[in-house]
Amino acid sequence: MENLLVQGLSGLATASSLFLVASGLTVIFGVTRIVNFAHGSLYMLGAYLSWTLVTQLPRGHLGFWGGVALAALIVGVVGVLIEVLLLRRIYKAPELFQLLATFGVVLIVQDVALLIWGPQDLLGPRAPGLRGATMVLGVRFPLYELFLIAVGPVVLALLWLLFNRTRWGTLVRAATADREMVGALGVNQRALFTTVFFLGSVLAGLGGALQIPRESVNLQMDLVVIVEAFVVVVVGGLGSLPGAFLAALLIGELQAFGILIFPRITLVLAFLVMAVVLVIRPHGLLGRAPSTAHAAAAPEPPYLPASPWRRWAGLGLLLLAVIVPPFLGDYALIVFTEIAIMMLFAASLHFIMGPGGMASFGHAAYFGFGAYGAALLVRHFAAPMELGLLAAPFMAGLGGLVFGFFCVRLSGVYAAMLTLAFAQIAWSTAFQWVEMTGGDNGILGVWPSAWAQSKLVFYYLSLALCVGAVMLLRRAIFAPFGYALRAGRDSPLRAEAIGMDGFRIRWFAFILAAVAAGIAGGLFAYSKGSVFPTYMSISRSVDGLLMVLLGGVKTVSGPIAGALAYTWLHEQLMRAFDLWRLFLGIIILALVLFFPQGLAGALGRREGRS
Amino acid sequence: MLDVTDLHAHYGRAHILQGVTLRAGEGEVLALLGRNGAGKSTTMKSIMGLLRPTSGAVRFRGEDIAGREPFEIARRGIGYVPEERRIFTELSVLENLEVGRMPAREGLAPWTAERVFALFPSLGAMRKRPGGRMSGGEQQMLTIGRTLMGNPRLILLDEPSEGLAPVIIERMAEAILALKREGLTVLLSEQNLHFARLVSDRACVLEKGAIRWEGRMEALMADEAARAQYLTV
Amino acid sequence: MTLEVRDLHKSFGGVQAVSGVSLSVAAGELLALIGPNGAGKSTCFNMLNGQLRPDRGSVKLRGQEITGLAPRRIWRMGVGRTFQITATFGSMTVLENVQMALLSHARRLYDIWNPVSKQDPARAMALLDRVGMAGQAARPCGVLAYGDLKRVELAVALANDPSLLLMDEPTAGMAPAERVALMELAARIAREGGIAVLFTEHDMDVVFAHADRILVLDRGKPIAEGLPAEVRRDARVREVYLGTGATHGYS
Repeated sequence: MENLLVQGLSGLATASSLFLVASGLTVIFGVTRIVNFAHGSLYMLGAYLSWTLVTQLPRGHLGFWGGVALAALIVGVVGVLIEVLLLRRIYKAPELFQLLATFGVVLIVQDVALLIWGPQDLLGPRAPGLRGATMVLGVRFPLYELFLIAVGPVVLALLWLLFNRTRWGTLVRAATADREMVGALGVNQRALFTTVFFLGSVLAGLGGALQIPRESVNLQMDLVVIVEAFVVVVVGGLGSLPGAFLAALLIGELQAFGILIFPRITLVLAFLVMAVVLVIRPHGLLGRAPSTAHAAAAPEPPYLPASPWRRWAGLGLLLLAVIVPPFLGDYALIVFTEIAIMMLFAASLHFIMGPGGMASFGHAAYFGFGAYGAALLVRHFAAPMELGLLAAPFMAGLGGLVFGFFCVRLSGVYAAMLTLAFAQIAWSTAFQWVEMTGGDNGILGVWPSAWAQSKLVFYYLSLALCVGAVMLLRRAIFAPFGYALRAGRDSPLRAEAIGMDGFRIRWFAFILAAVAAGIAGGLFAYSKGSVFPTYMSISRSVDGLLMVLLGGVKTVSGPIAGALAYTWLHEQLMRAFDLWRLFLGIIILALVLFFPQGLAGALGRREGRS
Repeated sequence: MLDVTDLHAHYGRAHILQGVTLRAGEGEVLALLGRNGAGKSTTMKSIMGLLRPTSGAVRFRGEDIAGREPFEIARRGIGYVPEERRIFTELSVLENLEVGRMPAREGLAPWTAERVFALFPSLGAMRKRPGGRMSGGEQQMLTIGRTLMGNPRLILLDEPSEGLAPVIIERMAEAILALKREGLTVLLSEQNLHFARLVSDRACVLEKGAIRWEGRMEALMADEAARAQYLTV
Repeated sequence: MTLEVRDLHKSFGGVQAVSGVSLSVAAGELLALIGPNGAGKSTCFNMLNGQLRPDRGSVKLRGQEITGLAPRRIWRMGVGRTFQITATFGSMTVLENVQMALLSHARRLYDIWNPVSKQDPARAMALLDRVGMAGQAARPCGVLAYGDLKRVELAVALANDPSLLLMDEPTAGMAPAERVALMELAARIAREGGIAVLFTEHDMDVVFAHADRILVLDRGKPIAEGLPAEVRRDARVREVYLGTGATHGYS
C-alpha cells in the first residue's frame, strides 16, 4: 500500500515534468503548426545551462533558483534565435520540411553540447530548502518531488489565464486558426509568433532546468524527452493544453506503475497507450479535428514520366553501378550495397508519403521486420538465405497489414505519430523479448548462402532486387492504383464521391510499401551478417525521411537521388569528422533554406528553365 | 483617399494584374466589377499587401504603401473583408471583434463592440457564441464588424453578397449605405450587379487584369454595350 | 420517380437542423432547394449523398432504399454529384480526372501494372466534349479557371451514367453570365439524358430560369413548394428569403 502511494506520487512528479515540456511543444505547434523536433534539444540545453549556472553561481536560494530561471530565459532566447533565423523563412514550406529543419537543429545542438559539456553524465546539486523528505499520509516522500507535483497545475493555470484572459492570448488563438487574416487585421503576426516561440522555449528550458536535482544531465536526454513529449502532446490532442496535462498524468502514472505491473514491457507502455488512444480518438483525448486551412495549399504538381535527360541520366547511373564495382575494393562494395538498399528503403517510404500523402515516422519498423524475418528463420530454423529473403517481405507485409490497418485511418501529424508508436512497439519488442530476438545483442551469423558470399556477388544481388523493386513501385505510381492513391490525397471528398474506398486504397499502399521496405531490410541483414533492434529505431526512420525529403517528395526520382546523396554524405562525414552531426545538421539546414524542393526538384527546375 | 497606379501582380508565373489603375475619393463607394478571374480579389489582396505587387504604386492618403506588410497597411487605416470571411471559428463573437480592435483614429468616432451590435443587431444576441456555429449571413456580418473594430478609413469588401440569401444581401446593402453616411470609403468587389448598383457611386470594370471601363454607376447601368462586353460571357 | 425522400430528420447536439423534409424528383426534372443560410439545405443535401446519416426518414433511388449508405456506394448506384467548392484532383490533368471516374466505375483501381497514360481516352474525351472541355483535356486541373473546373466536375459526375445528379450550389463563385451558361448546360444534359437533378442555389436568377420546381426550407422545415412563379409570389418566402427582390433580377 505504502509502495503504491510512493509510486503514485512519483508518477505525479513525472507528470509535472512531462507537462512542462509538452505544454511548450503544444503551444508552439498550435500557433506555428511546426512539429518542433528541437524542443527536446531546448530541454537539454535548459538542463545543461542550469547545471553550469547553479554550480558557478554562489550557493543558496538565489544561486539555485536564479540559475534555473536564468537558464530558462537563455533557452527562451535561443528559441527566439531559432525562430527568427530559421523557422521564419520556412513557415510556408511543407510540414515535413519544417520537421527536417528542426531535426537539423537537433543534430547541431547535440554536437555543440558535446563540445561544451563533454560526453560524461553531469550530476547537479540538490535544491536548497527542498533537500529532505517529508511525511505524506504516513510515507516518506522527497520534498523536491512534492514541489514538482505542484509546478504542473500551477503552470497549467497560468497558461490558461494567459491564453483566455489576455488580449495576447486571444490574438494567439486567432493566429492559430488563420495567421494571414490576423495580419490583415493589423497584428504583427511575426512578432506574435516570436513571442509564442519564446514562451514555448522557456517552458522547455524550465522543464530541463528543474530536472537537475532529480537526474543526471546527459547527451541522450533530448531525444528521450522529445519522444515522450510527442506522445503526451498527441495523446492529449495537438494544441490542447488541458489535453497535454491529462495525457502527462496518464503517461506519468503509467510509467510509475508500469514498472510494478508489467516490468517486461515498460518501454512499450507509453506507445501502447498512444496507439490505443489514437485508434479510439483519432485526434487525441481533447483534440479537435483541425479546421480546414484557409490559404488553400497549392495543388500538388503532377508526376511526369522521366524526361529524356533524366532517363538517360538514370540509365547511365545504372550502367556505372553495374560496370564499376568489379574494380572496387571491399569497403566501396559495402557502401555501394548499402546505397542500393537505402534507395529501395527510401523509395518505399516515398510511395506512401508522395502519392499517398501520409507521412510515416516509423517506416524503419518494416525495414526491421524484414531483417528480423530473415534473421529469426536463420537463428531458429537455420534457414538458407533464399528462404530468408522470401520471409523478409512476407514478414514486413504482415506488419504493414496489421499496423497499416490503424495508421491509414488517421491523417497528418496524428498518422505520423501512430506510425512512430507502432515502430517503437516493434523496436521495444525486439529489445525486450530477449529469448526470441537476442535483445540488445541482436542475432549474429546471418550470412548469405555460399554462392553469394563474395561482396561483389552480394552487391549485384542487392542491386538487382532493389532496382527491380524500385521499378515496380514506380510502375505502380503511374498505373491506376498510383493515381487512385493520389486521388485520395488530392481530394478525399471527390475520391469518395466517385466510388473510391480511400481506406482500402491507402491500406494496400501501406502494405506494398512495407513489403518493399522488408526486401531492403532482409538484404541489409545479410549484408551486415547480423540484426539489431537499432534497425527499427527512430533514427533509422528519420534517416528514411531525410532521404526522401532531401531528394524531394514531389518527384518519383527524388528518393533515389536522396538515398544516394544521404548515404554517401553520411558515410563521408562519419569517416572524416568527429563532429559529423554538426556538419550534417548544417548541411540539412542549408538544403532546407536553399533547396526547398529537394535535390530532384532543384534539378527539375533547372531543366525546366533551360 | 486611395490611388492605385499601374499595379502589376503575379501568382507564380501567371501575370494576374496587368496594370490596374483606379482611385477612390473620400467617402465614396467604388464598385470593382468583372468576371470571375478578372483580377478583382487579386487587386484587393495586392492593395492589402497579402500579395506583394510586382510593380506599380498604391498610394493611401498620399503615402505609397505598395510592398508593405499587411499589418502595417491595416494600421494605416485600411480594413479588409475577405471573400471567404475567415472568421476565427473557435473564438466567440466578442473575441473575434477583439482581434480586429485597433486604437481610435483622429477624426473618426471609434468603433466598439456595442456600435457593431447596433449596426448588426443579430450579432448582439450571440456575443459568446463561437464563430464556427453561426450561419453564413451572421458570419458575413461578423467579418465586417471585426474589420470595423480597427477604425478603418477605407474598407476593401470582397464579394460580400456571395452565397447569401437575398434578404440578407438587402441587409448588407443597408449596412454599407450606413457606413457610407459615416464618411467611410468603400472599395467593393462584386459579381452581383443588382447589389452593386444599390450601394455604389462609381464603378470600375476589370477584365484580364486591367481596368477597361470606368464611370458613374448610373452610366454603367445605361451602357448596355459595356455591360454586355465585360460582364457577360 | 427517380428520387423519393420521405420525412427526413437530423439534429446536431440537440439542435434540430432538418425536420420533416420530403421531396421527389422525376427523371429529367430539375428541383431547386432554396432557403436562408442555415435553413438546413446543406444538411439535407448531405443526407442524400451519404455524407450524413439521417436520424429518421427514408431516401429511395428508383425504388431502392439508399438511406445511410456510404457516399461511394450511393455513387455506384447511379448518383453523380458536384460540390459547392469544386473538388477535383489538382495533380492530374482534366482528362485523367475523368479517367479516374471511369476506372473506378470499371473497378480497375487496384491495377498496379498498366500505365494510365496507355488507357483508351475515347470515353473520357466524349464526356469532356459534352461539357465543352475537350480542348483543355491535357491541362492540369490545378491551373484551370473556376468556371472550367465546374465543367470538369460535371463531366466527372456524368461518368457513371447517373440517374440522379446532386449539385450543391453549382454556380457559387462564378460570374453571372458563366452561371447561366453552366446551368443551361446542366439542364440540357439532364433533360436529354433523363437525369433527375436536385440542386441548391443562392442565385435566384439561376433558380428561376432553370428549376422546374422549387422547394423552400426555413429552419429545417419546408415552407413552400411549387412552380417558380408560385414560389416567387409566396408571401412567407418573400419574408424569410427573397426579400423585396432588389438584389436579383426578378423584382
